[in-house]
Formats: sequence, structure tokens, C-alpha cells
Amino acid sequence: MTQELLYWQALNRAMDIEMAADEAVFTLGEDVGLFGGSYRVTEGLYAKYGEWRVRDTPISENGFTGLAVGAALLGTRPVVEIMTINFMLLALDSIINGAAKIPFMSGGQFKMPLVVRVPGGVARQLGAQHAQRLEHTVMNVPGLRIAVPSTPQDAYWQLRQAIASDEPIILLEHELLYFSKGPVDLLADAPPMHRAAIRREGRDLTIVSYSRHALLSQEAALELAKEGIEAEVIDLRSLKPIDWDTCATSLEKTHRLLVVEEDCRFAGAGAEIAATLAERCFYSLDAPVKRVAGLDIPTPFNGALEAASIPQVADILLHARALCQPDEGAKAA
Amino acid sequence: MERDTLRRLLHDMLLSRAFEERVAEEYGKGNIAGFLHLYPGEEAVGAGVINAAGPSDYIVSTYREHAHALVRGTPARNVMAELFCRAEGMSGGMGGSMHMFDAARRFMGGYAIVGESCPIAVGVAYAVAMRGRPDAVICFLGDGAVNQGTFHESLNMAALWRLPVLFVCENNHYAIGTEIHRHSAVPEVYKRVAAYNIPAEKVDGMDVLKVYETTRRALDHIHNGSGPQFIECETYRYRGHSMADPGTYRPAVELKAHEAWDPISAAIREVAYRYPTQAELAVAGPDNIGRLTAHMVEAGHLAESEVAELRKEVAATVEDAVEFSLKGSQPTMDAAWAHLNCNRRHEVLI
Repeated sequence: MTQELLYWQALNRAMDIEMAADEAVFTLGEDVGLFGGSYRVTEGLYAKYGEWRVRDTPISENGFTGLAVGAALLGTRPVVEIMTINFMLLALDSIINGAAKIPFMSGGQFKMPLVVRVPGGVARQLGAQHAQRLEHTVMNVPGLRIAVPSTPQDAYWQLRQAIASDEPIILLEHELLYFSKGPVDLLADAPPMHRAAIRREGRDLTIVSYSRHALLSQEAALELAKEGIEAEVIDLRSLKPIDWDTCATSLEKTHRLLVVEEDCRFAGAGAEIAATLAERCFYSLDAPVKRVAGLDIPTPFNGALEAASIPQVADILLHARALCQPDEGAKAA
Repeated sequence: MERDTLRRLLHDMLLSRAFEERVAEEYGKGNIAGFLHLYPGEEAVGAGVINAAGPSDYIVSTYREHAHALVRGTPARNVMAELFCRAEGMSGGMGGSMHMFDAARRFMGGYAIVGESCPIAVGVAYAVAMRGRPDAVICFLGDGAVNQGTFHESLNMAALWRLPVLFVCENNHYAIGTEIHRHSAVPEVYKRVAAYNIPAEKVDGMDVLKVYETTRRALDHIHNGSGPQFIECETYRYRGHSMADPGTYRPAVELKAHEAWDPISAAIREVAYRYPTQAELAVAGPDNIGRLTAHMVEAGHLAESEVAELRKEVAATVEDAVEFSLKGSQPTMDAAWAHLNCNRRHEVLI
């Protein structure tokens, strides 16, 4: 039963289904109730489930995220919406010191069925304080899981899986994806939550990416195909854990790795991907691993500078060609 | 007050004191490592508050929580074994001094980020309220916590949604080494709570009976649907903030003055004499309680020999706890991974 849904609608369906199925599920955050959510993800839920299960909160990110952590100790299943990832910085105490640690430091006495949904990434001219990528910040925290859906189908699946899980999970939703459309099968069996998806098969290089840049990488792959370069595109779908096996299997075939990320280059998500795959697949690689990443600069407000600060399709093409150059040379010979 | 309650309060305070003094000793011997924040001086708060709670109420605590766990009923063996970092510890040896959990007794953990107990407690209360359950949540915090954002955010949310939380501020006058007049623009903690329309009361935290009765009253209000309540217990810690802190910043005269008000000797004094019966109180009328109490102190309520017996009993409990902990086993790395993944159901992740 496939239907075309917007990314936010897919998330909305997932919320509705999980809330209807389990009274322990509730959501809270700034303007999630009467207002319907900044990106409409909780639209209609307040009317349907009432204020105790769809709770508008004060602007107190650490406070209400901590509240969710406490509520999860009693077996409820809170879904926190933090309006943007930039505000998640205020809630990191509750997420990192609380949610990620309690199951462990209680000696396994408490589960932590918490979901934190966070819109983020570089959108359109929101300025330096509203256009950050902070995936690296949470990737480095043992005890958390991180999903990064790029399609409405994944958004639907991964939110449902996150709510069903007893572990603390952060769902990084890209602000520019909320109004992207795609087929969603509400009834199909979901793949494992953290398994990577091979979006396009290819033989010449592997492009590993996630979230919105997984889509840009697919666009780039279509262009590359016109030039005779067949790129395999892996959408990680998850940043913790990462499906290394899918990546490694691909590299055994293509022998070249291009990591594409919106995150800033220095110590960003791509650094971990590149390092681990270089370590693991060194003898399969025909060329050094390459990274295309955001510049190490706060996101400029100016639209042109903003675009220049994060990888565009043209940047991916440039680096993919450079990476494949030796092969091109060999073919020519 | 029932004789049994008085006896229990005294027992718990004596146990708390004996336990902590032994912990300091074991720390000196190298049997206990890490940060260690001890409770001597503050026993009346933990004993009074937690004894006033019912078994279905929840406790959320701070990093100075060994005595809270003991009073809640966690066996001294398991509290001590946690300090000794043994697998038999109440948190499996994974938490240590500052992170003691006992799910079965609704002891929801000790938290080591100042102010962190507040949102956690509010969340536990939110879950209780959402499910329409009658339980209350007790949230311990120190006076240092009142300057954290989490404190104010939590009070606001608790009041907004009328959540069943009793905030108990253990005001020992020091945020580590900074005295309250130097860390809080308004040094009376209960006054800072007024901004949130939460009933707040200050009580002599060295007087276990007052703490107990005030807590009982506050919990009754909460169980009757009043929403959050706040009690500031003025108390004093005899030791430094932690074992790493000799507490030399405090004037000797201040320490001596508080030792004169030792809550345990105060409790013994109170317990040693008889409180008025309900019948006597009824005759005298409520306005005369104070006067009547003064008149009644001559009647014995607990013999000195019984106090000595209690001391012997808690000493034996503590000795047993240490022996148990010395024989305990080291937690394994396999156990550590298992605890980390305790909440992974039958999920296939990849």
C-alpha cells in the first residue's frame, strides 16, 4: 500500500500510529501541541490525544528533555521534539549525562525508551546559530543511537522503530527534507533500523553519505554515469551504529571511497567514516580516501556564501572525478 | 508520634552516621576510591524525609545519597559493595558513590550534575500524573543547585502541570566551598521558590521530628492533588564537600556551633523524653503544643540503654557490610557491556 507522502507527513503518520498503539507513548516540546509543530510533524495529535500526551513546553530545552528522561525511567515512551538542533546544545546535559548513562550506571536496572527528534542541518539563510550540524557531538557518546533518515519512507520506518526501542535514540531530521516527497509503504516490513541502503549500484567508486547529502550524492552519481563513472551510493541511514559491513563490501568492489557530508570537515562525522574504512579496507583501496565536507566556518547568512560553505553536487562531481582519474587513465590506455 | 517511628528515625540516623564514618575510614585504607561526598551532619533530613514517604513514592537523589539509600531500605551490604565497586553493589558496581540506584525500592538514582535531579524527578512525576497514579516523587537537591537553570525550569514545569513532586532542598550552606551568601543573591532558598507559586516552607533540618512532620504534611497535600511542594531543610555537613576537600574554608567557630546542634544528639534528647499523647494534645488544644511539650520532657520515652543497643546494632550492620564488600566480586567488562545494552530488546540493529 504505497502512497506519496511528504517527509513531515511520514513522520506524522509514524507518530500517530505509535501513539494509537501504545498509551505510554507521548510527545513534548516547544509548540508541538496547539501549534502543531514547527515542521507540522505533530499536526493533529493534540486534538486526538490531549495535552498530557502532546505537551507544549516552556522554552526550557534541558528541563523538558530531562523531564522526558525521568518519565522514561517509569516505562513511558517519550518522544521529545527539540525545535532545532542548535537548541539541543542546551539539552545535552539531559541527553549525555542522563539518557545515555542511566541504563549503564544503574547496573542495568533502568531502560531508557527515549526518542529525541531534532531538525537540523543547513537550511536557507537562517544564520550561524540556526544552521549547525552537530551529529559529531552525539556520535561520540556511548549509549546513544542516531538515525539520519533521508527519505519519507525511512523517516516513517525509523521513527516507528525508534519509538519501539528501549534505547535512547536521536533522530536527526534535515530541515530541507520536510517538504520532500516520496513513496511510503505504511505496511511493508522495515529493514533493520541502522542498516545502510545502497541507493545506486556502481563499480568505480563508493560514495558514502547520509541525510540530505545522500540525495545530493545520488544526483551526482547520475551525472557521473553520463561521463562513464559508475558510482555506488550508500546512504548510511544511521550514524550510530554505522553499518560498516555494507560499506566494506562495496569497497571490495569499487576500491575507492568518497565520503560526503554536510558536517564540518574537522572531526566531523565523515572523519569517523573515513578513518574506520581506511583502517578496515586499506588493502582494498586503490586510492586514498577522500572527504567532501562542510567548511570549518560558522554558516554564513549570505545565500551564496552559505551555499559555498557546504558541499554542492558540483563539489561531489569534482572530487569523484579526481578520485577516479587513475582509472580513467588506465581505460584510455 | 508513634514510638516505633521515633525509634526508626533514630536508628536510621545512627546507621547513616556510622556508615559514613566507616566509609571515610575505608576510603583512607584505599578500599574505596573516587569522589566521595559524605552525609554526617545532615542525617535528620534524609531520615525525616524518606521515612515520611510511602513505599510507592519515588526518590530522586543527588551525589550525596548513600544515607538516602540506606534509609530507603537498600541493605547496607549493597550500598557498601557499590562503594567498594563490587558486582554485588546496588548498581552492579557500575555507578559508584554518586550513582546509586534501587529500582525495586523506587530509588531512582543519585545524580552527579548539580541540579540534574530536578528535571528527572519532574519527569518521573509527569509519568505518574499522566497515568493517573497516586504516588508522589521526592526530589533531593542541595543549596548549590538553586542557581542552576534546571532548578528553575523544573519548578516552572512542575507548577504549570501541578505535578506530584516534593522538592527537598538540603541547605548545608555551601556550594562546595562557596558559602550561600556568596552564591545566592537571595540566601533564603524557600523565597526563590515563591516565583513559581509553589508552597515552600523552611524547616530546621537538624530536627528530625520537624523534618518528618513537615514532609508528612507536604506529602499529604501532594496526595490530595495540590501539585508540587517545597521544603528547605537548613542543615550542616560536618565534613568537607568531598573526601578531596578538608573544608578548611569554614570558620572553626561555625563548625563548633553546628556540632552543638548535632542532629543525632538532638534526636536522642527528643526521643529520650516522652511526646504528648493524642489524648493529652486534644485536651491542651493546639496552641499549647509547645508549652505542653516542654512540660512532658520529664517523662521517659526511650531508655538510654535502648539507645546504646541501637548504636551496637548499627555498628554490627556496618561491620557486616564491610566484610560482605571485601569478599565481593569484581564486575567484568562483559557485565559492563551487558549493562550498557540492558535496554536492547530483541532488536537487530544492522
